[in-house]
Amino acid sequence: MTQPATQDLITVNIDGREIAVPRGTNMIEAALRLGIDVPHYCYHPKLSVAGNCRMCLVEMGMPAVDPATKAPVIDPATGRKRINWIPRPTIACSTNAVAGLHIRTTSPLVRDCREGVMEFLLVNHPLDCPICDQAGECKLQEQATGYGRGYSRYIEQKNAKPKRTLLGPRVMLDDERCILCSRCVRFCKEIAKDDVLGFTDRGSYSTLACYPGRRLENDYSLNTVDICPVGALTSTDFRFKMRVWFLRQTNSIDTGSSVGANTVVWSREGAVYRITPRQNDEVNDTWMADSGRVLYKAIRAHGRLDAVRVDGAQSALEFAVRAAAGILGVGGVAVVGSGRSSVEEQFLTRKLRDALGASASLVSRVGKGDGLLVSADRNPNVRGALVTGLVAGLPAASLDPLGAQIDSGAVKAVVSVGEDLADAGLSAAQLAKVPIVYLGTHANPTSAAARVVIPTLTVFEKSGTFVNQQFRIQKFANAVPGVAGATDDLVALARLTAAVGGPSLGGDVRSIWKQIAAEVPALAGVGYDGIPDTGLLLDGAPWAGLAFAEGPSLRFRPADPPQKEAAGRG
Amino acid sequence: MPAPEQHRLIFRHIDEPGYSTDLACYLRSGGYEVLRKSVRRRPEELVDEVKKSGLRGRGGAGFPCGVKWTLLDRKSGKPIYLIVNADESEPGTFKDRYIIHRDPHQLVEGIMITCFANRVERTFIYIRGEFPEGAKILETAIAEARAANFVGPNVLGTGYGCEIYLHRGAGAYICGEETGLIESLEGKRPYPRIKPPYFPAVLGLYQCPTIVNNVETICHVKHIADMGGDAFSKIGTPNNTGTRILCVSGHVRRPGYYEFDVGKLTMGQLLNEVCGGPLAGRKFKAVIPGGASAKVLRFGERYKGRRKVGAEMLEYDWGVEDIPMDFDSLAMVGSMGGSGGVIVMDDSVSMVEALGNINAFYSHESCGQCTPCREGSLWMKKITARMAHGGARPEDGTLLKSVADQIAGRTICAFGEACAWPTQSFVAKFGDEFAEYGRQKGRPRSDSEPELV
Amino acid sequence: MNLTPETLRKIDEVIPHYPVKRSAVLPLLHFVQEEQGYICDEAIEWIAARLEIQPINVYELVTFYPMLRRKPVGRRHIRVCRTLSCALMGGYRTCAEFQSQFNTGLGGVSPDGEVTVEFVECLASCGTAPVVMIDDRLHEHVDPARARALSQEIKAAAPAAGAR
Repeated sequence: MTQPATQDLITVNIDGREIAVPRGTNMIEAALRLGIDVPHYCYHPKLSVAGNCRMCLVEMGMPAVDPATKAPVIDPATGRKRINWIPRPTIACSTNAVAGLHIRTTSPLVRDCREGVMEFLLVNHPLDCPICDQAGECKLQEQATGYGRGYSRYIEQKNAKPKRTLLGPRVMLDDERCILCSRCVRFCKEIAKDDVLGFTDRGSYSTLACYPGRRLENDYSLNTVDICPVGALTSTDFRFKMRVWFLRQTNSIDTGSSVGANTVVWSREGAVYRITPRQNDEVNDTWMADSGRVLYKAIRAHGRLDAVRVDGAQSALEFAVRAAAGILGVGGVAVVGSGRSSVEEQFLTRKLRDALGASASLVSRVGKGDGLLVSADRNPNVRGALVTGLVAGLPAASLDPLGAQIDSGAVKAVVSVGEDLADAGLSAAQLAKVPIVYLGTHANPTSAAARVVIPTLTVFEKSGTFVNQQFRIQKFANAVPGVAGATDDLVALARLTAAVGGPSLGGDVRSIWKQIAAEVPALAGVGYDGIPDTGLLLDGAPWAGLAFAEGPSLRFRPADPPQKEAAGRG
Repeated sequence: MPAPEQHRLIFRHIDEPGYSTDLACYLRSGGYEVLRKSVRRRPEELVDEVKKSGLRGRGGAGFPCGVKWTLLDRKSGKPIYLIVNADESEPGTFKDRYIIHRDPHQLVEGIMITCFANRVERTFIYIRGEFPEGAKILETAIAEARAANFVGPNVLGTGYGCEIYLHRGAGAYICGEETGLIESLEGKRPYPRIKPPYFPAVLGLYQCPTIVNNVETICHVKHIADMGGDAFSKIGTPNNTGTRILCVSGHVRRPGYYEFDVGKLTMGQLLNEVCGGPLAGRKFKAVIPGGASAKVLRFGERYKGRRKVGAEMLEYDWGVEDIPMDFDSLAMVGSMGGSGGVIVMDDSVSMVEALGNINAFYSHESCGQCTPCREGSLWMKKITARMAHGGARPEDGTLLKSVADQIAGRTICAFGEACAWPTQSFVAKFGDEFAEYGRQKGRPRSDSEPELV
Repeated sequence: MNLTPETLRKIDEVIPHYPVKRSAVLPLLHFVQEEQGYICDEAIEWIAARLEIQPINVYELVTFYPMLRRKPVGRRHIRVCRTLSCALMGGYRTCAEFQSQFNTGLGGVSPDGEVTVEFVECLASCGTAPVVMIDDRLHEHVDPARARALSQEIKAAAPAAGAR
């Protein structure tokens, strides 16, 4: 059970059990490794230590040492080292491992400390549970149940503070619930680098606030809602919509950019209610951008394609595939794939391209990276297209070359997998000139101009993988069933490929992976089920010469630019 | 035994007719001679003198000054700061006020000696906002001293340089707590820091090694540099050396400031002889010996035990009047010497209401950073306020003690103890009054009873 | 933000006292309040910009420290100590006397605009209790009779009603 204390490992003793932890580990984390819960509010592993809630108070002791010989004193009754327990309790969050450290978390003193702190926290806390969003995931509820006294002795008037204050467009503040842990203030200052929150007034009347006239509106404001241990900060989008204990959690990925922040999609009976970050210390820590949280609204947005159409008339998938095969069989086909497609979809798109003897391109989506969790590449999976060989280089800035080829007649038909060609630069005339087969989720000029429209699924309605800017392949799973009328992208692509004379492939993730593992060098030997929840780092060396657009993110440093690109980068 | 004479070491000139705050007057009485001598010595010698002197901090904690200086991290390469704590806010204390307003150069000289001893090159005096005239007086004194090269880039031509800057507070008791003071000086909300790791001697002002010393303590440093640590250590009582200024207020005939050798007079001598005893027709009921945060003593109590006197262990059996006014004795009887603020209450005072007044102070001054103090101090205030305004229940005394017990020892800074000890001690010593208080509901207050809450 | 040259000079002089600019926020707040009588929104934003910090960082302090005001006070500012020693010596009666003399409650400005009366905590002059600060001066042994006398002085020194 005990590990030898090697260079940077220090052995501590918690409740009689020993564990070796790296230097700098605090006692909340050390106890966690032993499966011991040290309750806390203000401590957060990714923020600076504040030490103000006092809930994590524990007893601390060091072995007694004979002052003359420096030898440890042994208690004759037990035969074990005598520990000098310090009468004043200490906070576990700021107590770091030192050799010989002993911690007690279950003594009468610690129990009294916890009951005391719980009682104090509840003294001015409003009885809002029946109307508070946090119920079911509220640390106050959990720790009152686990460590509180269970009854109240408070008969005075509670402090009244402003309720329902809109701190920003996405965050609502109910000040009476606030326990002044300062997590939100520290987050805004240290992580979002937007020092906009603070405490006003003093003592028990202290109140969280923005400067009047300023708002909490940075692209990370909703993380404060995630980390608020109580219901003081709530999401205006999610407020009053659903009790959390009814919601099912599904792992997913933020498709807003190539960062690939890990997320959890919360759904019930086919509807998504909210998206929150999922911890991945290699990618996004415990955070995500606000912009990624609203993406689920696309599922039911106006313009969602819900019917297979051939030449405008509603049809069935079988006929659409046959019609598409006819259109594409004339030759001179351009395949427009997507950096938003999954690795599996890109693999099948490549099969389609090969079967058609066509060229393939992606649509570029470059913006300004924020240095945190939104990178300059707003496509989540360009690297998946590189890895699968769908494309050999980065997407061109625009689809003008394709437009020219359409004009010249070199390209006689286009199949677009989820990309609006008008948005990518083609003119209405060009869209009208060639027959288009469109697979996508929402209506747009391309779907309107297309002869064959096959509605497909959003990321929330299917499973697959993306490769992020680190060349990390990460899985996402379907949270809700697809809308009626939509077809799984993999099914559509597989049928299309077979219909134009390509190989017959399975239309589901696992059977496709058998091909992928066999044919894609970067993914050789990787099994879909073997990809851990935190992703798998691939070797990006074959593409090291490409001029990727991304700058640094929270957990990403771009490789040095290749020498030959140093001058005159396009 | 009659009370000893005062020993006005710090307060020598405070009431002297014709003594003024300007440099010329200070020089006439030998001012800055000690600084002249000190800057010719090695700084380490001066630190040694202070260690030998046994000087204990006069701000409230009574921590040995020499030890505090020794804890400074002198190896980090970061600049070392001195902060002079002139935020005198402990209720019952009013000594630093007079040093600042009437003998500012004594403080300036003490500061320069302290800085020289600790190789400090920039020091701040944090003066409470409610001393605006004191701030002006100190600014003038510092400017005069700078013009005469007692302060500045080249002190007395030695090449050693140190600047003194004044920094005014704005009405917060918590700025008297050393790390709260540091946060306030840095321009932030004065939230005390967690220790570990933010011990000022290592990570203080701007995360540099810092000493925070009280005004009176620094004045003592000047006298120690003058007479030597050994001589200073012979004044007063072993482990409680030197003189200290006792501030007596409340129900005595002659309230005011009095400077004595530490431990050389008893509470009884102080209150009855020096301060003239209780007001006409009244009897002493309770006394808080060391500022409002010190535990209260009830007249009529007895304190028994054994204590070290010289080389022997002797028994003591004291009434309140017999307690020697030094740190150790007051600690032995369950209170503390604290800041030297002695608040006297006679039999016209309701202890419930007196506690209500104190609780209102602490709940108002709590910075609000940590849970027990923030919520507990206000809760205790609400209980005593409710009691005083007609809603007292017999069990409120027990409730008060229980709440206070959940605060002391559980907070970031000593404010937790400061706000809990009054409640704990008032209820412990006057539990009868707390239990009875409700039964006196509706009894009209007589003119002689002060309104306290 | 219209500050007098004298105030601006004091501000420019004090900022270099500190190795970190943010430390100057309290001195700047004092200078501005001494000139303008209180701290307005514009002052908070101006000070924040001058010290390169956020307005919330200044706002947090103005609401924390009782001596910093967001609203003007009467022409004279009467602060009565309410802490134990002064209360024991009758501080509450002293305050009641001031309030009655100017027909005003605690905080706020009296109907004639002359005074603001408020309680403050220990002013560190307990030996001469009850004590009162009127503007920057400390007055000692202020029993109700002395409070009456001081009130008369204030009223006598008030500008003539027409002159205001």
